Amino acid sequence: MIFHIRATFATTKRILQQLSHDHRTLALIFVVPCLLMGLLSWLYVDNVKVFQSIAPSLLAIFPMVIMFLITSIATLRERTTGTLERILTMPIAKTDLIFGYGFAFGLLATLQAVIVATISLNWLGVDIQGPNELLILIAVVDALLGVALGLLASAFARTEFQAVQFMPAIIIPQLLLCGLLVPLSKMPDALESIARLLPMTYAVEAMQNITTQATTSSETWRDILTVIAWVVVAITLGSLTLRRRSK
Amino acid sequence: MSNFAIDVDDLSVQKKQKILLGSVSFRVEQGAIVGLLGPSGAGKTTLMRTLMGIQIPTAGKVEVLGKNAGDKANRSKIGYVTQAPSVYGDLTVKQNLSYFATLVGADKKAVAAAIKKVRLHGKDKQLVATLSGGERTRVSLAVALLGDPELLVLDEPTVGLDPILRRDLWKIFSEMARDGKTLIISSHVMDEAEHCEQLLLVRDSVLLWNEGKDKLLNTTNESSVEDAFIKLMEAEK
Repeated sequence: MIFHIRATFATTKRILQQLSHDHRTLALIFVVPCLLMGLLSWLYVDNVKVFQSIAPSLLAIFPMVIMFLITSIATLRERTTGTLERILTMPIAKTDLIFGYGFAFGLLATLQAVIVATISLNWLGVDIQGPNELLILIAVVDALLGVALGLLASAFARTEFQAVQFMPAIIIPQLLLCGLLVPLSKMPDALESIARLLPMTYAVEAMQNITTQATTSSETWRDILTVIAWVVVAITLGSLTLRRRSK
Repeated sequence: MSNFAIDVDDLSVQKKQKILLGSVSFRVEQGAIVGLLGPSGAGKTTLMRTLMGIQIPTAGKVEVLGKNAGDKANRSKIGYVTQAPSVYGDLTVKQNLSYFATLVGADKKAVAAAIKKVRLHGKDKQLVATLSGGERTRVSLAVALLGDPELLVLDEPTVGLDPILRRDLWKIFSEMARDGKTLIISSHVMDEAEHCEQLLLVRDSVLLWNEGKDKLLNTTNESSVEDAFIKLMEAEK
């Protein structure tokens, strides 16, 4: 047990060390979403109401997209450079590795979500009726969803080119159907039922709820739990794709 | 349970229609240095992957350290170096070794010792990506030395290294063998056979020779392993 805890945190530490040598990536992770939110608030400078209604949803979407990309490429690199194969010949458990990854990127995602949310709430005029902590919690959970889906997607890519192509394939349909462009109730029935199957829909719904409701409804909590359930399922499926042996 | 470090019997590996290894059998005694020689594409890497349990055999028996290849109990007992150095380019030498040390349960002393053995001390704070190809190979080799493994499976560990370092590494290998460790080392350079007690010559997925070097030279009536190998190949036709 102690060995597995050690192996998990050694993996987390190793991934953070790798990133600490890569200043440009770190800057991109933390600065880009802030700039995007700034750009958006500027775009709607004459229409603050619109900005305030969509900004919280975007706070859920940006971390997910960025963490998805970073995680899928990082994991794929581990597969293609042979380090994954080497690690799997050692006594470490597959779950140690997955949790190690989850913690490292989860930590980054949390930092990112806190920074973007703080800037948006304090300086960009984002104003929500519900508690600010909940906004950050939803952003973090959604970033973790990006990590989990990225881990899973990397198993189906052989090259980094393919991994990048998974973004339009997996993320953009969710973006179109999540309720940001057209509210779920106004969609054709078939599309609404598809949207109800996708995790981003719930993250955006939770954000929309806390934007307009001062007290947190049970629907909001159900939405958050749905996203968490997706994280767990995607991580479990992702760990099944790590194989020690091949035919 | 056999007393051999490696016991391979009638091993075949087939991927789709392609035969990667055909009916290979050999045994390796504990404490031996085995040279796995052959041109690239012969099946050396496939054989090593099979010993590590990464490649599942299509048929045949593969026992390593008394267990089936890939057995959980073997994971902390075998040091494995792949052909392409599998270490993290965006970590320093020391960070790489410290990480892998945790995974095999080795301590800080083992990290320092391993770095010293491959003569990379003084470069331990350098990023692996900025090292030369030969230095990266040595980092990868150092990882395999961590945790005091009973068996070392080394896939072309000396390629591209300067002759003095190569000699020193072979010295380390023989010291380890004297301590009772078993080593199986692949190479496509025939003169490395010099250092090995047992030679496995593979070509086109088939094992052509599995005996000592002297016997090889005597049998083929040649003076170098290279020539002996050529004679064996021609006899095969």
